[in-house]
Amino acid sequence: MKYNWNWGIFWQLSPDGRGTYLDTLIAGLGWTLATALSAWVIALILGIIVGVVRTTPVRWLRLLGDAWVEVFRNVPLLVQMFLWFFVFPELLPASVGVWLKQLPRSAFYTAVLCLGLYTSARVAEQTRAGIQSLARGQRMAGIALGLTLPQTYRFVLLPMALRIVMPPLTSEFLNVIKNSAVALTIGLVELTASARSIQEFSFQVFEAFTAATLIYMFLNLIVVAGMRWLEKRVAIPGLIGPGQAMPQAGH
Amino acid sequence: MAMIEMKDVSKWYGPVQVLKDCSAAVNKGEVVVVCGPSGSGKSTLIKTVNGLEPFQRGDVLVNGISVGDPKTNLTRLRAQIGMVFQHFELFPHMSVVDNISLGQVRVLGRSRDEATARSMKLLERVGLTQHAAKYPGQLSGGQQQRVAIARALAMDPLAMLFDEPTSALDPEMINEVLDVMTELAREGMTMMVVTHEMGFASRVAHRVIFMDQGQIVEDDKKEDFFRTPRSERAQQFLSKILHH
Ligand SMILES: Nc1ncnc2c1ncn2[C@@H]1O[C@H](COP(=O)(O)OP(=O)(O)OP(=O)(O)O)[C@@H](O)[C@H]1O
Ligand SMILES: [Mg+2]
Repeated sequence: MKYNWNWGIFWQLSPDGRGTYLDTLIAGLGWTLATALSAWVIALILGIIVGVVRTTPVRWLRLLGDAWVEVFRNVPLLVQMFLWFFVFPELLPASVGVWLKQLPRSAFYTAVLCLGLYTSARVAEQTRAGIQSLARGQRMAGIALGLTLPQTYRFVLLPMALRIVMPPLTSEFLNVIKNSAVALTIGLVELTASARSIQEFSFQVFEAFTAATLIYMFLNLIVVAGMRWLEKRVAIPGLIGPGQAMPQAGH
Repeated sequence: MAMIEMKDVSKWYGPVQVLKDCSAAVNKGEVVVVCGPSGSGKSTLIKTVNGLEPFQRGDVLVNGISVGDPKTNLTRLRAQIGMVFQHFELFPHMSVVDNISLGQVRVLGRSRDEATARSMKLLERVGLTQHAAKYPGQLSGGQQQRVAIARALAMDPLAMLFDEPTSALDPEMINEVLDVMTELAREGMTMMVVTHEMGFASRVAHRVIFMDQGQIVEDDKKEDFFRTPRSERAQQFLSKILHH
């Protein structure tokens, strides 16, 4: 195979008229970050709420939470993306649907919503598992003390459960970044789409995707390092965990 | 006056009846030990007192307030009853002093300073002042259970419930916990204690309740229970446990 390597490509002007190909890549990275981070915030908030709801004694709330997780986790992300972007506006009253479709950056908002909901189901599953991994006695101890059920969650159950599920939440965070690439299917020019556009205009396919790959790996490293730092920061003295000291019986 | 009064309490798990018309009373300042074979319903019975275990029939009155009445504010009632668990159930992510302060601040509405001062007093009482800033995972089992007792006492409870407070402890730590409980009994605390520590029962208890298969088989003055238990099952249980 004959291939003309040209790493200088990134400093050449791109035909989209917005600067060099490097600028194209950076703009794509910006959209990837904006999409992934916004979706992650939604996923954390909704996921923790739904995860909590699935462990409460209230039956209909639990069923609602279970349904949420089943729906958002089991329908492929790509299908969900299409449903939100193409089908959902049609189900609304015509004027609202049109307004939605003409909203500037509608692809971005749709991607954030879709990815946030999809990931919230996964966060909810982790949160539920975390709460249920705590001894039933912890809940009883909180209630017996006279705390209300919400107080028991807030002060007793969640602080421990969230610490326990921090490693799986780290991988969900990484997944959000990777999954944000699906948004290119509804027209969001995020990092992967930028790499593809560079390839289409310049035919430097290897350089474009090598650069994108390196950026994704770099984001990965930052997230992992950040979460490690956070895990250490909230580590509990005397409990065994990653990077934590052995317990010592005090005397 | 009865601080705790159980009237024909019955509870079912599905078709299985785990409490059968249990009636008993614990007077103010009285210490009642509950014993019986595993699975006889001891834990379930004492957890009906603060509504941790719902029941289908009968009622429990605490200081005259009905636990079974749907109109009763159970949260407020629970704040007035201290409970100590077999596995301590301290909150592992909080320091010892914060464990003792949590309920005072969040339930009783004490200021943080007030709560901390009270917690330190209680820590002194259970002999753990120098461990205030440690976390539960850094303490021995006996120390953790003493903190758990302090946590319950911090709420100024009307009565204290203990569910096998020493059975998860290494033998050499049992006495440090029993000593704190004995002291508490001497000061006139109303106590209901599920335990197999018959030494503690014979020294501290006023009455002993013996349960078997969800029933209160025997409810005697301590002296009578140890001298001449009436039921055969209690006699068997005692001989097994005392020769252990
Ligand atoms: N959640 C539950 N579902 C069904 N049955 C239960 C449940 N919890 C307890 N039981 C049953 O209720 C009965 C009484 O249990 P309980 O824990 O009160 O006994 P116990 O006297 O405290 O026993 P132990 O000495 O082992 O602690 C047992 O037969 C137990 O199997
Ligand atoms: Mg028990």
